[in-house]
Amino acid sequence: MTIWQTFLSRRNTLDSPVLPFVTVLLSLTILASIGNLWIPADSALHVSTYTITLLGKYLSFAMLALAVDIVWGYCGILSLGHGAFFALGGYAMGMYLMRQIGTRGVYGDPILPDFMVFLDWDVLPWYWLGMDQFWFAMLMVLLVPGLLAFVFGWLAFHSRVTGVYLSIITQALTYALMLAFFRNEMGFGGNNGLTDFKDLLGFNLQADTTRVSLLLCSAALLAGIFVLSQWVLKSRFGKVIEAIRDGEPRVRFLGYRTDRYKVAIFVYSAMIAGIAGALYVPQVGIINPGEFAPLNSIEIVVWVAVGGRGTLYGAVIGALLVNYAKTRFTALMPDGWLFALGALFVLVTVFLPNGLAGVYGQVKASVKRNASDEQSPHQKSEAS
Amino acid sequence: MKQALLMLGCWLALLSAPTMAETEPASSFDDLLIELTEADLRTTQPILEAIEATGHPDVLPLFLTLLDGNLNFRKADQVLITIIDINGTDQYTEFTTGTSIEPLGRRDVTKIRVNNNLRNTLSSAIARLQLSSPDAALREAAVLSLLDTINDSTANDLIALRADESNRSVLASIDLALAMYSARSSDTVAAQITAIKTLSDSLQPNARNLLFDLERNADDSAVQAAATVALEKIDGKVTFYSYVDQLFFGLSLGSVLLLAAIGLAITFGVMGVINMAHGEMLMLGAYTTYVVQLLMPGYINYSLWVAIPAAFVVAGLFGILIERCVIRFLHGRPLETLLATFGISLILQQLVRTVFSPLNRRVAAPDWMSGSLEINPVLSLTYNRLTILIFALIVFVALLLIMKKTALGLYVRAVSQNRDMAKAMGIKTDRVDALTFGLGSGIAGIGGVALSQLTNVGPNLGQAYIIDSFMVVVFGGVGNLLGTLVAAFTLGIANKFLEPVTGTVLASILVLVFIILFIQKRPKGLFPQRGRSAE
Repeated sequence: MTIWQTFLSRRNTLDSPVLPFVTVLLSLTILASIGNLWIPADSALHVSTYTITLLGKYLSFAMLALAVDIVWGYCGILSLGHGAFFALGGYAMGMYLMRQIGTRGVYGDPILPDFMVFLDWDVLPWYWLGMDQFWFAMLMVLLVPGLLAFVFGWLAFHSRVTGVYLSIITQALTYALMLAFFRNEMGFGGNNGLTDFKDLLGFNLQADTTRVSLLLCSAALLAGIFVLSQWVLKSRFGKVIEAIRDGEPRVRFLGYRTDRYKVAIFVYSAMIAGIAGALYVPQVGIINPGEFAPLNSIEIVVWVAVGGRGTLYGAVIGALLVNYAKTRFTALMPDGWLFALGALFVLVTVFLPNGLAGVYGQVKASVKRNASDEQSPHQKSEAS
Repeated sequence: MKQALLMLGCWLALLSAPTMAETEPASSFDDLLIELTEADLRTTQPILEAIEATGHPDVLPLFLTLLDGNLNFRKADQVLITIIDINGTDQYTEFTTGTSIEPLGRRDVTKIRVNNNLRNTLSSAIARLQLSSPDAALREAAVLSLLDTINDSTANDLIALRADESNRSVLASIDLALAMYSARSSDTVAAQITAIKTLSDSLQPNARNLLFDLERNADDSAVQAAATVALEKIDGKVTFYSYVDQLFFGLSLGSVLLLAAIGLAITFGVMGVINMAHGEMLMLGAYTTYVVQLLMPGYINYSLWVAIPAAFVVAGLFGILIERCVIRFLHGRPLETLLATFGISLILQQLVRTVFSPLNRRVAAPDWMSGSLEINPVLSLTYNRLTILIFALIVFVALLLIMKKTALGLYVRAVSQNRDMAKAMGIKTDRVDALTFGLGSGIAGIGGVALSQLTNVGPNLGQAYIIDSFMVVVFGGVGNLLGTLVAAFTLGIANKFLEPVTGTVLASILVLVFIILFIQKRPKGLFPQRGRSAE
């Protein structure tokens, strides 16, 4: 089945929500863009630039949640380190944006970013070379997280590290990276990270049009990746991935090299996280080692858990809802947010094991259970 | 602190002074005291020397008071007054009679001032006086403070003192001082070289400086060579002791890791519950210590003994609450347990932030835990780290005994090995689960008491230890308490030996990377569980 066929697939709309998802996503972003650019500021329908930026940020988070859902929901790999791939993608984008500042920095050095001048660096470190080229930086956005995921996944899945152990070492991975990026000697701006960006591909980052374009880009990419992922996961390859989640030894006994499948899906997911990071940085205007914090990575998992794992669109909805709640909560009562987030963790895991997307199924199952003495349908995600 | 003790000592000495002062016809001493009040900075030196020459028993307290800058005189009658600041209020005492008097105005008294030059004179005079002190520690300190200024007369004094001295460490320091003296100023090369050989056994920085000096500036090349050899020997010893020091710090870090991880070894290792709120149990223990100290302000030295059981109870109850309310619904779903307990950890952190404020709180250390055990001039072990090391081992042994020797331990092991079978045998698995979780959390609370003595107590205290704790448990092998012990100390020592080479941050990164690689190689840790209970 080609991607195009997936896109147009009309059978069983609940299982394959591609068309409604893409339609809703794109039309909403386009409406928001029109609201910002063409509706006057005093109109009730005007969408402020702040909202546009916020939406863009949410969409990049949604993409990140999608990445986590692909490995967790479909392959049973609970990664508590996806924030690392996100941040690496973000840093690659940040490096490109830093190089674009040129002589407009505080110290006016044409080559070295401000923090390097400040720390008395003489030459650009080798890993900053080429980052002034957009295509090269975008390549790095994909390659760096991909490579890390490949090496890490290869080591982990090859020696059959699974379940909780894997979760904990992914957490250690992002923690180690956080410590490393906090060091000034690493050449990534240390504690302060990379910030003070000026423009992207020649467009001023503060301009409304750039912001709207970034939002549209995010939406388009999210839609594209959604369709692509749906296609990947519905393919034969995706069936094996799901089978690994439900019973890895059995799949292995059937002759599949499960470790290679897992590495492949892990790398794919890490690259999506990297793209999400690259979209996040120009819209937020900063990237610092805080993005590597283990708490961030666990929060992503909660977005997915709230939305419902194993259903791509659930992850997106979860990310949007939780982040919207976070924005509102932190504005209304800053102290309350952690209480709410904590309670969300507990309530969702105890009462909504399949998230919001699973509510329908849960209700149906309980109705069925009440109606007859039959056993309730077997929970499909045993391995998770 | 030390200074305050010194002041107190000298103040006590003053109280006992008057009887002696009356019996002796020390009119010249009293005259000199009058002179002291009239002298200025330039003319004080000869007066001090004259005072020392009188041999009056009050000379030592006088010099100590003067050195501390507490000696004043009343302008009206030139009587010396000691002004000591005790808890923020000035206590006025007449120096010679030792009687307390009403506080005087700042304008009625004048301070007797000393400059650095006079301070040096005073210090060495005090040292000479203390050489005959009945307290061996004071005598030793006096000898050591003379090391650099020793001359013919003090050397003779020391030789005379040596004959009567019986305390071994004082004897050793006198020998050191004499060796330094002859190494520096003996006439014969042979005597110098013998003295240098004696010095090569010493770790005193003064001896080392002297040897450096001799190596460069001695007239005779044989002396220079001997100094070089001696320095090499000393350097070898210093390196050795710096390794011992690193080892001690490693053990100390290991004991902290052990305390942090050992509760997790029960909840994660034995029960298989991923408790991300474990760090917050540490935090609760630390805050309990803080609250107990607030409740008994006058008894800081004893508050720890109350805090330990209190922390155990508080953290244990929270643990049981968490188990009853959340974890028992998530049996057999480890990843969901991880998420739910993480949520709980966020709630607990925010709770503490709301109740106690987000700022760090300082927990006072009891007296018996401050200070350090000085083994030699280059190696001293701080008492708080030493205490925590021993405490960690005690907690570990106690936990091991509970698991191996009590009925609860038996039930816990039975349930963890085969839940259904244990249930069939009549074990109340629900109760055992709750108690085990309470035990693990309570132990973490006790760990928090120890941590509160090393770091500030804040809402993020637990966060700092959670990843390390998991690393320790996973590295040691899940379900194996001894493995946790070995892993904690291995990681602690490895970290501290890496630190001087790579820096603190890189050391912890390297250790993390090492563990990540290690888990790839041996997914079940150092000491994997064997037999039927292993999956």
